[in-house]
Amino acid sequence: MCDTDTTERRPVIRVVDLVKRFGGRAVLNGINLEVHPGETIVIMGGSGCGKSTLLRHMVASLFGDEGRVELLGQNLNDLNESGLNALRLRFGILFQSGALFNSMTVGENVALPLREHTGLDEQTIDIMVKIKLEQVGLREAADLMPSEISGGMKKRAGLARAISLDPEILFYDEPSAGLDPVTSAEIDQLIMDLSGKLGVTSVVVTHEMDSAFTIADRMAMLDMGRMLKIGPRSEFEALRDGPETGDETGDLIRQFLRGDPEGPITARRLSTGYEEDILATAGE
Amino acid sequence: MAEVENPVRNVRWLDPEKKIVLLEAVGEVDLHRSSAFQKALLEPLSRRPQRMIVDLSGVSYMDSSGVASLVKLLSRVRRDNVDLRLAGLTPRVRSVFEITRLDTVFNLYPDVQEALDS
Repeated sequence: MCDTDTTERRPVIRVVDLVKRFGGRAVLNGINLEVHPGETIVIMGGSGCGKSTLLRHMVASLFGDEGRVELLGQNLNDLNESGLNALRLRFGILFQSGALFNSMTVGENVALPLREHTGLDEQTIDIMVKIKLEQVGLREAADLMPSEISGGMKKRAGLARAISLDPEILFYDEPSAGLDPVTSAEIDQLIMDLSGKLGVTSVVVTHEMDSAFTIADRMAMLDMGRMLKIGPRSEFEALRDGPETGDETGDLIRQFLRGDPEGPITARRLSTGYEEDILATAGE
Repeated sequence: MAEVENPVRNVRWLDPEKKIVLLEAVGEVDLHRSSAFQKALLEPLSRRPQRMIVDLSGVSYMDSSGVASLVKLLSRVRRDNVDLRLAGLTPRVRSVFEITRLDTVFNLYPDVQEALDS
Protein backbone atom coordinates (compact mmCIF):
# COMPACT_ATOMS: atom_id res chain seq x y z
CA MET A 1 0.00 0.00 0.00
CA CYS A 2 2.86 2.38 0.74
CA ASP A 3 4.95 3.88 -2.00
CA THR A 4 8.28 2.18 -2.29
CA ASP A 5 10.68 5.11 -1.79
CA THR A 6 9.52 5.90 1.74
CA THR A 7 9.03 2.46 3.24
CA GLU A 8 12.68 1.90 4.08
CA ARG A 9 12.97 4.93 6.35
CA ARG A 10 11.87 4.83 9.94
CA PRO A 11 8.39 6.27 10.36
CA VAL A 12 8.04 9.59 12.16
CA ILE A 13 4.54 8.65 13.27
CA ARG A 14 3.12 5.16 13.83
CA VAL A 15 -0.48 4.56 14.71
CA VAL A 16 -0.97 0.93 15.71
CA ASP A 17 -4.38 -0.76 16.17
CA LEU A 18 -5.80 2.44 17.66
CA VAL A 19 -9.29 2.18 19.12
CA LYS A 20 -11.19 5.05 20.71
CA ARG A 21 -14.73 4.78 22.06
CA PHE A 22 -17.04 7.57 23.07
CA GLY A 23 -20.04 6.34 25.05
CA GLY A 24 -19.57 2.77 23.85
CA ARG A 25 -19.37 3.79 20.19
CA ALA A 26 -16.03 3.20 18.47
CA VAL A 27 -15.07 6.46 16.81
CA LEU A 28 -11.72 4.96 15.83
CA ASN A 29 -11.88 1.25 15.23
CA GLY A 30 -8.44 -0.31 14.83
CA ILE A 31 -6.54 2.38 12.91
CA ASN A 32 -3.09 1.65 11.52
CA LEU A 33 -1.03 4.34 9.84
CA GLU A 34 2.64 5.13 9.28
CA VAL A 35 3.95 8.54 8.29
CA HIS A 36 7.46 8.75 6.87
CA PRO A 37 10.06 11.52 7.24
CA GLY A 38 9.44 14.54 5.07
CA GLU A 39 6.26 13.30 3.45
CA THR A 40 2.90 15.03 3.35
CA ILE A 41 0.04 12.73 4.14
CA VAL A 42 -3.54 13.88 3.76
CA ILE A 43 -6.22 12.23 5.88
CA MET A 44 -9.64 12.52 4.32
CA GLY A 45 -13.15 11.50 5.13
CA GLY A 46 -16.63 12.89 5.61
CA SER A 47 -17.87 14.70 8.70
CA GLY A 48 -17.81 12.41 11.71
CA CYS A 49 -15.52 9.81 10.08
CA GLY A 50 -13.00 10.17 12.89
CA LYS A 51 -10.28 12.14 11.11
CA SER A 52 -10.16 15.00 13.62
CA THR A 53 -10.25 12.49 16.48
CA LEU A 54 -7.32 10.66 14.90
CA LEU A 55 -5.43 13.95 14.61
CA ARG A 56 -6.05 14.67 18.28
CA HIS A 57 -4.53 11.30 19.17
CA MET A 58 -1.46 12.06 17.07
CA VAL A 59 -0.87 15.36 18.89
CA ALA A 60 -1.35 13.76 22.33
CA SER A 61 -4.50 15.64 23.25
CA LEU A 62 -6.52 12.39 23.31
CA PHE A 63 -5.40 8.87 24.21
CA GLY A 64 -6.82 5.67 22.80
CA ASP A 65 -8.65 2.91 24.68
CA GLU A 66 -6.60 0.32 22.80
CA GLY A 67 -3.51 0.40 20.60
CA ARG A 68 -0.91 3.13 20.55
CA VAL A 69 0.54 6.15 18.80
CA GLU A 70 4.30 6.54 18.42
CA LEU A 71 5.69 9.95 17.64
CA LEU A 72 9.37 10.43 16.75
CA GLY A 73 10.08 6.96 18.11
CA GLN A 74 8.27 7.43 21.43
CA ASN A 75 5.11 5.65 22.51
CA LEU A 76 2.79 8.39 23.78
CA ASN A 77 1.22 5.97 26.27
CA ASP A 78 4.59 5.60 28.01
CA LEU A 79 5.27 9.30 28.50
CA ASN A 80 4.46 11.35 31.57
CA GLU A 81 3.38 14.99 31.32
CA SER A 82 6.92 16.38 31.18
CA GLY A 83 7.87 13.83 28.53
CA LEU A 84 4.81 14.82 26.51
CA ASN A 85 5.63 18.50 26.88
CA ALA A 86 9.17 17.94 25.63
CA LEU A 87 7.76 16.08 22.64
CA ARG A 88 5.16 18.80 21.99
CA LEU A 89 8.00 21.25 21.31
CA ARG A 90 9.01 19.11 18.34
CA PHE A 91 5.74 19.44 16.45
CA GLY A 92 3.47 22.31 15.49
CA ILE A 93 -0.28 22.43 14.96
CA LEU A 94 -2.21 24.73 12.70
CA PHE A 95 -5.70 24.82 14.12
CA GLN A 96 -8.73 25.40 11.97
CA SER A 97 -9.33 28.91 13.30
CA GLY A 98 -5.67 29.81 13.63
CA ALA A 99 -6.29 29.83 17.42
CA LEU A 100 -4.60 33.17 18.01
CA PHE A 101 -4.75 34.95 21.33
CA ASN A 102 -6.97 37.96 20.70
CA SER A 103 -5.33 40.10 23.35
CA MET A 104 -1.94 39.93 21.66
CA THR A 105 -0.65 41.33 18.39
CA VAL A 106 0.16 38.96 15.55
CA GLY A 107 3.87 39.32 16.33
CA GLU A 108 3.36 38.61 20.02
CA ASN A 109 1.38 35.50 19.13
CA VAL A 110 4.30 34.21 17.07
CA ALA A 111 6.79 35.17 19.79
CA LEU A 112 4.85 33.39 22.53
CA PRO A 113 6.26 29.84 22.08
CA LEU A 114 9.76 31.29 21.76
CA ARG A 115 9.38 33.29 24.97
CA GLU A 116 7.84 30.34 26.83
CA HIS A 117 10.07 27.54 25.67
CA THR A 118 13.49 28.97 24.82
CA GLY A 119 16.04 31.00 26.72
CA LEU A 120 16.69 33.20 23.69
CA ASP A 121 17.16 36.94 24.20
CA GLU A 122 14.41 39.34 23.10
CA GLN A 123 16.36 40.68 20.14
CA THR A 124 16.89 37.20 18.70
CA ILE A 125 13.20 36.41 19.29
CA ASP A 126 12.20 39.62 17.48
CA ILE A 127 14.36 38.64 14.51
CA MET A 128 12.86 35.13 14.48
CA VAL A 129 9.33 36.53 14.59
CA LYS A 130 10.11 38.73 11.56
CA ILE A 131 11.59 35.73 9.74
CA LYS A 132 8.51 33.58 10.45
CA LEU A 133 6.08 36.31 9.46
CA GLU A 134 8.01 36.97 6.25
CA GLN A 135 7.84 33.25 5.53
CA VAL A 136 4.04 33.37 5.55
CA GLY A 137 3.89 36.79 3.85
CA LEU A 138 2.65 38.62 6.92
CA ARG A 139 5.57 40.74 8.11
CA GLU A 140 3.63 44.00 7.68
CA ALA A 141 0.89 42.68 9.97
CA ALA A 142 3.16 42.10 12.99
CA ASP A 143 1.64 44.92 15.04
CA LEU A 144 -1.99 44.26 14.15
CA MET A 145 -4.45 42.58 16.48
CA PRO A 146 -6.16 39.35 15.34
CA SER A 147 -9.47 41.21 15.17
CA GLU A 148 -7.97 43.54 12.56
CA ILE A 149 -6.98 40.85 10.07
CA SER A 150 -8.89 38.55 7.68
CA GLY A 151 -9.54 34.83 8.15
CA GLY A 152 -6.81 33.95 5.67
CA MET A 153 -4.31 36.17 7.45
CA LYS A 154 -5.27 34.60 10.79
CA LYS A 155 -4.55 31.21 9.33
CA ARG A 156 -1.17 32.36 8.07
CA ALA A 157 -0.40 33.94 11.44
CA GLY A 158 -1.36 30.64 13.07
CA LEU A 159 1.05 28.89 10.73
CA ALA A 160 3.83 31.36 11.60
CA ARG A 161 3.24 30.54 15.26
CA ALA A 162 3.11 26.79 14.56
CA ILE A 163 6.55 26.96 12.90
CA SER A 164 8.13 29.31 15.45
CA LEU A 165 10.11 26.50 17.09
CA ASP A 166 11.15 24.88 13.78
CA PRO A 167 9.08 21.75 14.31
CA GLU A 168 9.92 18.41 12.75
CA ILE A 169 6.25 17.61 12.20
CA LEU A 170 3.36 19.92 11.35
CA PHE A 171 -0.26 18.94 11.82
CA TYR A 172 -2.88 20.87 9.91
CA ASP A 173 -6.55 20.71 10.84
CA GLU A 174 -8.64 21.72 7.81
CA PRO A 175 -6.11 24.31 6.60
CA SER A 176 -8.25 25.52 3.67
CA ALA A 177 -11.64 25.56 5.38
CA GLY A 178 -13.44 28.85 4.91
CA LEU A 179 -10.76 30.40 2.71
CA ASP A 180 -11.16 31.87 -0.76
CA PRO A 181 -9.47 29.90 -3.57
CA VAL A 182 -6.43 32.17 -3.85
CA THR A 183 -5.72 32.20 -0.10
CA SER A 184 -6.31 28.48 -0.01
CA ALA A 185 -3.76 27.99 -2.80
CA GLU A 186 -1.30 30.17 -0.88
CA ILE A 187 -1.66 27.98 2.20
CA ASP A 188 -1.14 24.89 0.02
CA GLN A 189 2.06 26.44 -1.32
CA LEU A 190 3.30 27.18 2.19
CA ILE A 191 2.65 23.58 3.23
CA MET A 192 4.56 22.33 0.19
CA ASP A 193 7.48 24.74 0.78
CA LEU A 194 7.84 23.66 4.40
CA SER A 195 7.84 20.05 3.41
CA GLY A 196 9.84 20.33 0.17
CA LYS A 197 12.49 22.82 1.26
CA LEU A 198 12.83 22.12 4.97
CA GLY A 199 11.86 18.46 5.06
CA VAL A 200 9.07 18.99 7.60
CA THR A 201 6.76 15.99 7.87
CA SER A 202 3.16 17.10 7.36
CA VAL A 203 -0.13 15.53 8.39
CA VAL A 204 -3.11 17.32 6.90
CA VAL A 205 -6.71 16.58 7.79
CA THR A 206 -9.04 17.95 5.16
CA HIS A 207 -12.07 17.33 3.02
CA GLU A 208 -11.04 19.92 0.43
CA MET A 209 -10.18 17.67 -2.48
CA ASP A 210 -8.43 20.25 -4.69
CA SER A 211 -6.06 21.04 -1.85
CA ALA A 212 -5.60 17.37 -0.96
CA PHE A 213 -4.61 16.40 -4.50
CA THR A 214 -2.23 19.38 -4.71
CA ILE A 215 -0.22 18.77 -1.56
CA ALA A 216 -0.39 15.04 -0.80
CA ASP A 217 2.41 12.56 -1.30
CA ARG A 218 0.13 9.90 0.15
CA MET A 219 -3.51 9.91 1.08
CA ALA A 220 -5.54 8.07 3.68
CA MET A 221 -9.31 7.66 3.58
CA LEU A 222 -11.22 7.18 6.82
CA ASP A 223 -14.82 6.09 7.02
CA MET A 224 -16.85 5.39 10.14
CA GLY A 225 -13.73 4.99 12.27
CA ARG A 226 -12.00 2.59 9.89
CA MET A 227 -9.13 3.17 7.49
CA LEU A 228 -10.52 2.32 4.06
CA LYS A 229 -7.38 2.96 2.06
CA ILE A 230 -3.87 4.38 2.37
CA GLY A 231 -1.78 4.91 -0.72
CA PRO A 232 0.15 7.26 -2.95
CA ARG A 233 -1.73 10.18 -4.45
CA SER A 234 -1.55 8.55 -7.88
CA GLU A 235 -3.67 5.63 -6.67
CA PHE A 236 -6.36 7.96 -5.45
CA GLU A 237 -6.21 9.94 -8.70
CA ALA A 238 -6.68 6.73 -10.65
CA LEU A 239 -9.60 5.80 -8.44
CA ARG A 240 -11.20 9.22 -8.81
CA ASP A 241 -10.83 9.27 -12.57
CA GLY A 242 -11.69 5.62 -13.19
CA PRO A 243 -15.11 4.02 -13.81
CA GLU A 244 -17.31 2.49 -11.13
CA THR A 245 -16.37 -1.11 -10.51
CA GLY A 246 -19.02 -2.43 -8.17
CA ASP A 247 -16.43 -2.78 -5.43
CA GLU A 248 -18.14 -1.01 -2.55
CA THR A 249 -15.02 0.42 -0.92
CA GLY A 250 -13.63 1.72 -4.19
CA ASP A 251 -16.94 3.22 -5.22
CA LEU A 252 -17.38 4.83 -1.82
CA ILE A 253 -13.95 6.47 -2.02
CA ARG A 254 -14.65 7.52 -5.60
CA GLN A 255 -17.90 9.20 -4.61
CA PHE A 256 -16.11 11.09 -1.87
CA LEU A 257 -13.23 12.18 -4.10
CA ARG A 258 -15.57 13.35 -6.84
CA GLY A 259 -18.15 14.88 -4.53
CA ASP A 260 -20.95 13.04 -6.35
CA PRO A 261 -24.42 13.48 -4.81
CA GLU A 262 -25.27 9.82 -5.46
CA GLY A 263 -23.33 6.72 -4.54
CA PRO A 264 -22.62 4.31 -1.69
CA ILE A 265 -22.21 7.07 0.92
CA THR A 266 -25.61 8.63 0.29
CA ALA A 267 -27.27 5.23 -0.26
CA ARG A 268 -26.03 4.20 3.17
CA ARG A 269 -27.50 7.31 4.70
CA LEU A 270 -30.86 6.70 3.01
CA SER A 271 -31.10 3.13 4.20
CA THR A 272 -30.40 3.62 7.87
CA GLY A 273 -33.78 2.67 9.27
CA TYR A 274 -35.64 5.95 8.85
CA GLU A 275 -39.01 4.21 8.95
CA GLU A 276 -38.30 2.32 12.18
CA ASP A 277 -36.76 5.41 13.68
CA ILE A 278 -39.66 7.76 13.01
CA LEU A 279 -42.32 5.18 13.92
CA ALA A 280 -40.52 4.45 17.19
CA THR A 281 -40.52 8.13 17.95
CA ALA A 282 -44.23 8.44 17.15
CA GLY A 283 -45.03 5.36 19.22
CA GLU A 284 -43.44 6.67 22.43
CA MET B 1 21.97 18.97 30.29
CA ALA B 2 25.43 18.33 28.82
CA GLU B 3 27.62 21.33 28.14
CA VAL B 4 26.88 23.09 24.89
CA GLU B 5 29.47 22.60 22.21
CA ASN B 6 30.38 25.78 20.38
CA PRO B 7 29.45 25.44 16.70
CA VAL B 8 32.35 27.74 15.76
CA ARG B 9 35.27 25.33 15.71
CA ASN B 10 37.99 27.62 14.38
CA VAL B 11 38.77 31.35 14.08
CA ARG B 12 41.68 32.23 11.80
CA TRP B 13 43.10 35.56 10.70
CA LEU B 14 44.10 35.08 7.10
CA ASP B 15 46.49 37.99 6.58
CA PRO B 16 49.35 39.49 8.57
CA GLU B 17 47.45 42.78 9.00
CA LYS B 18 44.55 40.88 10.47
CA LYS B 19 41.98 42.41 8.21
CA ILE B 20 40.29 39.19 7.12
CA VAL B 21 38.92 36.70 9.60
CA LEU B 22 37.62 33.25 8.79
CA LEU B 23 35.26 31.45 11.13
CA GLU B 24 34.57 27.76 10.60
CA ALA B 25 31.27 26.50 11.91
CA VAL B 26 30.41 22.83 12.22
CA GLY B 27 27.59 20.51 13.22
CA GLU B 28 24.04 21.51 14.00
CA VAL B 29 23.15 25.07 14.91
CA ASP B 30 19.86 24.78 16.76
CA LEU B 31 18.09 26.28 19.78
CA HIS B 32 20.59 24.66 22.15
CA ARG B 33 23.66 25.99 20.40
CA SER B 34 22.57 29.29 18.85
CA SER B 35 23.55 31.42 21.86
CA ALA B 36 27.10 30.01 21.82
CA PHE B 37 27.12 30.45 18.04
CA GLN B 38 26.06 34.07 18.38
CA LYS B 39 28.69 34.83 20.99
CA ALA B 40 31.46 33.26 18.90
CA LEU B 41 30.37 35.19 15.81
CA LEU B 42 30.47 38.55 17.54
CA GLU B 43 33.77 38.02 19.34
CA PRO B 44 36.25 38.75 16.49
CA LEU B 45 34.53 42.09 15.78
CA SER B 46 36.35 43.69 18.69
CA ARG B 47 39.56 43.36 16.64
CA ARG B 48 38.00 45.40 13.84
CA PRO B 49 38.36 43.17 10.77
CA GLN B 50 37.49 44.55 7.34
CA ARG B 51 36.10 41.29 6.10
CA MET B 52 34.55 38.38 7.93
CA ILE B 53 33.99 35.05 6.22
CA VAL B 54 31.84 32.44 7.93
CA ASP B 55 32.47 29.00 6.49
CA LEU B 56 29.23 27.05 6.88
CA SER B 57 30.24 24.02 4.80
CA GLY B 58 30.47 21.90 7.94
CA VAL B 59 27.04 22.90 9.22
CA SER B 60 24.62 20.07 8.56
CA TYR B 61 21.55 21.76 10.02
CA MET B 62 20.62 25.27 11.02
CA ASP B 63 17.29 26.29 12.50
CA SER B 64 15.86 29.78 12.53
CA SER B 65 17.53 30.67 15.82
CA GLY B 66 20.86 30.05 14.08
CA VAL B 67 19.76 32.17 11.15
CA ALA B 68 18.64 34.88 13.58
CA SER B 69 22.14 34.84 15.10
CA LEU B 70 23.58 35.55 11.66
CA VAL B 71 21.05 38.37 11.16
CA LYS B 72 22.19 39.88 14.43
CA LEU B 73 25.80 39.60 13.25
CA LEU B 74 24.87 41.24 9.95
CA SER B 75 23.32 44.19 11.71
CA ARG B 76 26.49 44.62 13.80
CA VAL B 77 28.89 44.36 10.86
CA ARG B 78 26.88 46.83 8.80
CA ARG B 79 27.24 49.31 11.62
CA ASP B 80 30.98 48.66 11.81
CA ASN B 81 31.48 48.59 8.02
CA VAL B 82 32.67 45.00 7.99
CA ASP B 83 32.14 43.00 4.80
CA LEU B 84 30.37 39.80 5.92
CA ARG B 85 30.42 36.81 3.60
CA LEU B 86 28.81 33.43 4.20
CA ALA B 87 30.46 30.56 2.37
CA GLY B 88 29.80 26.94 1.53
CA LEU B 89 26.17 26.58 2.59
CA THR B 90 24.99 23.00 2.21
CA PRO B 91 21.76 22.60 0.22
CA ARG B 92 19.83 21.97 3.42
CA VAL B 93 21.09 25.15 5.10
CA ARG B 94 20.69 27.13 1.90
CA SER B 95 17.02 26.07 1.82
CA VAL B 96 16.53 27.70 5.22
CA PHE B 97 17.90 30.96 3.81
CA GLU B 98 15.74 30.63 0.71
CA ILE B 99 12.48 29.89 2.49
CA THR B 100 13.04 32.84 4.82
CA ARG B 101 14.18 34.96 1.83
CA LEU B 102 17.41 35.82 3.57
CA ASP B 103 19.41 34.62 0.56
CA THR B 104 18.70 38.10 -0.80
CA VAL B 105 19.95 39.81 2.35
CA PHE B 106 23.27 38.03 2.91
CA ASN B 107 26.24 37.76 0.56
CA LEU B 108 26.47 34.02 -0.10
CA TYR B 109 29.43 32.32 -1.75
CA PRO B 110 29.82 28.71 -2.90
CA ASP B 111 33.04 28.25 -0.91
CA VAL B 112 35.70 30.06 1.10
CA GLN B 113 37.97 30.51 -1.90
CA GLU B 114 35.27 32.40 -3.80
CA ALA B 115 34.53 34.47 -0.73
CA LEU B 116 38.22 35.40 -0.61
CA ASP B 117 38.72 36.03 -4.31
CA SER B 118 35.69 38.06 -5.29
